[in-house]
Amino acid sequence: MTALLEIENLQTHFKTEGGVVRAVDGVDLKVNEGEVLGIVGESGSGKTVTALSALRLVDEPGKIVGGSIRYDGRDVLSMNKKELTQLRGDRISMIFQQPRVCLNPVISIGRQITELLKQHRDISSKEARNTAISLLNSVGIPDAEKRFSAYAHELSGGQAQRVMIAIALALKPRVLIADEPTTALDVTIQAQIIELLRELCREMGTALVLVTHDLGVVAELADRVAVMYAGQVVEETDVETLFSNPQHPYTQGLLSSMPVLGQRAERLTAIPGTVPKPSDMPPACRFAPRCKTRISLGMDICNQEPPQLLRTAKGSVRCWAIEGAS
Amino acid sequence: MANYVIRRLLMIIPIIFGILFLTFLIKALIPTDAVSALFSGTVSEDKAAEAIAQIREKYHLDLPWYRQFGIYVWDVMHLDLGESVRTRQPVIDEIGFRYVNTLILAFSALIVAIVVGLVTGMLSAYFKNTWIDVTSMSVGMMGISMPAFFLGFVLIFIFSVQLRWLPVIGRGDFQSLILPALTLGFIEAAALSRVTRSSMLDVLSREYIRTARAKGMSESYILFRHALPNAFLSILTMIGLQIGNLLGGAFIIEVIFGWHGIGELAVKAIQWRDFTITQAVILVSAGTYVFVNLIVDLLYTWVDPRISYEE
Amino acid sequence: MTDMILEEQQTFGKPTGSNFARAMRRLLRHRSGQVGGGVVLVLVFCALAGESILPYDPLSIDPINRLKPPSAEHFFGTDELGRDLFSRILYGSRYTLMIGLVSTVIAATFGITMGLLAGGGGKWADMLIMRVVDVLLAFPYILLLLAVVAILGPSLWTAMIAVGVGGMPGYARLIRGEVLAQKDAEYVEAMRALGASHLRILFGTILPNVLPQMVIYASFTIPLAILAAAALSFLGLGAQPPIPEWGAMLVDARTFLRTAWWVVAAPGMAIFVSILGMNLFGNALRDVLDPKEMSK
Repeated sequence: MTALLEIENLQTHFKTEGGVVRAVDGVDLKVNEGEVLGIVGESGSGKTVTALSALRLVDEPGKIVGGSIRYDGRDVLSMNKKELTQLRGDRISMIFQQPRVCLNPVISIGRQITELLKQHRDISSKEARNTAISLLNSVGIPDAEKRFSAYAHELSGGQAQRVMIAIALALKPRVLIADEPTTALDVTIQAQIIELLRELCREMGTALVLVTHDLGVVAELADRVAVMYAGQVVEETDVETLFSNPQHPYTQGLLSSMPVLGQRAERLTAIPGTVPKPSDMPPACRFAPRCKTRISLGMDICNQEPPQLLRTAKGSVRCWAIEGAS
Repeated sequence: MANYVIRRLLMIIPIIFGILFLTFLIKALIPTDAVSALFSGTVSEDKAAEAIAQIREKYHLDLPWYRQFGIYVWDVMHLDLGESVRTRQPVIDEIGFRYVNTLILAFSALIVAIVVGLVTGMLSAYFKNTWIDVTSMSVGMMGISMPAFFLGFVLIFIFSVQLRWLPVIGRGDFQSLILPALTLGFIEAAALSRVTRSSMLDVLSREYIRTARAKGMSESYILFRHALPNAFLSILTMIGLQIGNLLGGAFIIEVIFGWHGIGELAVKAIQWRDFTITQAVILVSAGTYVFVNLIVDLLYTWVDPRISYEE
Repeated sequence: MTDMILEEQQTFGKPTGSNFARAMRRLLRHRSGQVGGGVVLVLVFCALAGESILPYDPLSIDPINRLKPPSAEHFFGTDELGRDLFSRILYGSRYTLMIGLVSTVIAATFGITMGLLAGGGGKWADMLIMRVVDVLLAFPYILLLLAVVAILGPSLWTAMIAVGVGGMPGYARLIRGEVLAQKDAEYVEAMRALGASHLRILFGTILPNVLPQMVIYASFTIPLAILAAAALSFLGLGAQPPIPEWGAMLVDARTFLRTAWWVVAAPGMAIFVSILGMNLFGNALRDVLDPKEMSK
C-alpha cells in the first residue's frame, strides 16, 4: 500500500549569520489514509519545521534543500504555485500553536472561512455563508450565526482554535497537520480540543498528523508515532509498541520522564543534558552525549559513525545499540 | 466606540483654542505696527494720525490683549475673518476660491502620493532585497532628500521647457494641475513608500499570513486582502501626518507653479505685512489639518475592529 | 562579594565607552555611512575653509560675464549679475550648516527642557506642556514656520528661529517618552535610593542616558530643518539676497529655466546632494547606534 503522504530524506536548512542550521536533516515519514500519526520531540527537535515543510510553508531564511514529499503519488516539491494553492487548505490543511494570532485580526472569522470555500470551490456567497455557519456549529461555537461576524480578539484561545479547526476541515481534506494545537491553551480546554479533532477527523476520514511534545496526547490519540531528535526521526512505530516496548534510548528517556496516572513514582527521571545546539551538533549519533545506554555499554561507534534508520518488526529505529544487538 | 469618538472630539477643543491663540499672536505681536507702516509717507501727518486712530479702533488695537482675543474668537466663530489691511476687501472673499484651489492641489497630490507610495512600498516589501526593492528604496531616499521647489523646477524644465508638453505657468485648468500635483505627490510618496514597506514587512511575517498560505489563498489575495488591511493602520497614520505636509508643501508648490491657492496669497501677505490675510490663511489651514486628522482617527475605528473595544 | 558589587555597578552605570568605539568602527565600514559621511565632511570643510578656497568673490558683480554657462573658468557658470556660482555655492555651505546647527540647538534646548519638565515635573507641568506641544503639532510644519515668520518678520535669523520652534515639539515628545520610560529604570531607582535630588536625577542622570536617542533623532531632523529653512529663503521669507544662501539663490529661478538652467541647477543640486548625504549618514548612524545592533 502506498502512503497518502510520504516524506523521504527531507532536509530543511536555515541560513543564518552563524552558519547553516540543519533544522530538519533527513526525515522520513509516512502518513496513511485516515490514520493518526503523532510526531513527538522536545522543542528544537525539528518537528514543527518538518510539519511546515510538508506544505512548503517554511519562511525565509529557511529552505527545503533536499529529499522528496509526495502526496497521493504527486511530487509536492516540484509543484508550481497554482498546484500548490490547490493542494493547500483543500487536500492538506494545517492548524497551528497560537490560534489567536493565526487568525487575521481585521477580517471577521466568518469571512476567513468563506474566503477559503470560495477559493477552492465554485460556490455562491450565500452558500458559503451557510456552510461557514454550519461549520462553526459543528466545531462547537455557540450562537454561530452571530459569531460569524466576530473578530479574533473577541474569541478565547479555545474558541479561536475551534475556528481554526473549522477552517482546516471545511473542505474535508485528506490530511490535517496539527502543530502543537493545544500547547497554548488552558489545560481544561486541551482535552476538549483533542476530542474535537479526534471526532471530526474520524468522521471525515481525514488523516491527522499531530505534532506535539505531549506524550499523553499521543497515547490517547495516535495510531503510530514518530519520535524526533535534533532534526531526525530516531524511532517510528505503532503507539502500543512505543509505550510497551520503546527501543531507542531517547524514547525510553522520554517515557520515564512522563508521570503515570495512578502510579506514585518516587522520582521522575529527566534526561540529563539538553538538545544539542545546531552549531555544535555531535558528529555521529546526535543523542550520544546524553545517552545512558551508550555509557553503560561503553560503545565507541556512537561517537564515530552516524547510525542508520533500521527496520524493526513494527517500525524503524536509529540506534547503534539496537543494530548491534540484532 | 461612541466613547472613543466623544473623547476624540473633546480633545480638539484645547487644540482649537491653541490655534486661535497662536494666530491671534500674529496680529498682536507684530513689532512694527502694521497700521502705521501702511500710512507712513502716503498721506499728510494729520490725516494719517486720524486714519490710524480710526483703524486702531476698528481693529480694537487699543483694548487689552485678552479682550482683543475675545473679540477675535467671537468674530471667527461668526465666520468673520476681518478685512485685508491692504485691499480693504473681506478676507473671506479673498481666500474663498483660493482655498478651494489649494484643496484641489493637495488632494490631487495626495492621490499621487498614495498610489505611488503604496505600490512601490508593497513591491519593495514583497520583493525584499531584490533589485526592485533596492531601486525603489534608493529612489525613495532621493525623494526624501529632494527639496520640493527644486523638483518642481526640474519637472518644469523637462516637461514644459524641453518637451513643451505642459504649460510653465498655471492657468488654473487641469493641464496646469498635473506638474504641481506630481511634484508634491512624488515628494510625499517617498516617505509613504518607506512606511508601507516596513509595515508590510512586519505584517508579512505574522502568523495569520502563514495561515492564509496554508489555506491555499493566492499570493495576490494574501497581499491585498490579508496583509494590506493590517499594514494600512500604520500607513493611515502616515497619511494623516502627510496631509499636513501636503498643505504646507502646497504653499511652496503654488509659488513655483503660479497656482492661485491660499499659499501663494499667504507668502505675499507676509511680505506685505497684511496680517489679517496671513492670520486667516494660517487659521484656515491649521483648522483643515485638525479636521482631517479627526477624520483619520475616526477611520481607525472602521479599519481596526480592535479599537472599539479598547478602553 | 566584590565581584557581585562590580557587576551591579555595571548595570547601574550603563558604560558606553566600549560600545561607542564599536559603533564608530561599524560606522566606518557602513557603505552608506561612508558615502554620506564623505558628503558631510566636504560640506563641513567648505564651510570652515572660508574665503581662501573660493576662486571668485561670491558677492562681486561682473556685468560682462552675465549668465555664462559652466566652463573651465566658472565651473557652475555665472548668475544674472555675473557672480561665479561655484564660489557662491561653496560660500553658501556655511549658511546651510549654520541654519542646521542653530535651529537644531534652539529646538533641542527648548524641546529637551520641555520634555524633561513634562516627564519629570509632575502632573500639572505635564498637562500644560503637552497641551502646548499638541497645539504646535496641530499646525502643518511649514505653516507653523510661516506663522513665526509672520510674527517676527522675514530674515535669516527669523528663519532659523522659526525652524527651531517647529522642531521643539518633536524633541519634547521624544524626551518626555524617554523620561517616563527611564524613570523606573534600575539605575534611577539606585540614584533615588542614594538620596539624589529630583532635578539632579532628571538633568544629571536621565538626560545623559537619553542622549544616544537624541543623536539619532537629530540625525534626521537636521536635514529636515535645512530643507525647511531653504524653502523659507526660497519663498523670500528667510535669508535675503544677496546672501548666497542656497534657497535664496533660487528666488528668481523660474525666470532662468528657459535661458540659463545652471542658475537653478547649481543651488538645487547643492541642497539635494547635501541633504542626501546627511540622510545617508543619518541612516548609517541609526543602524550602528540601534541597541539591537549594539548587542551583536
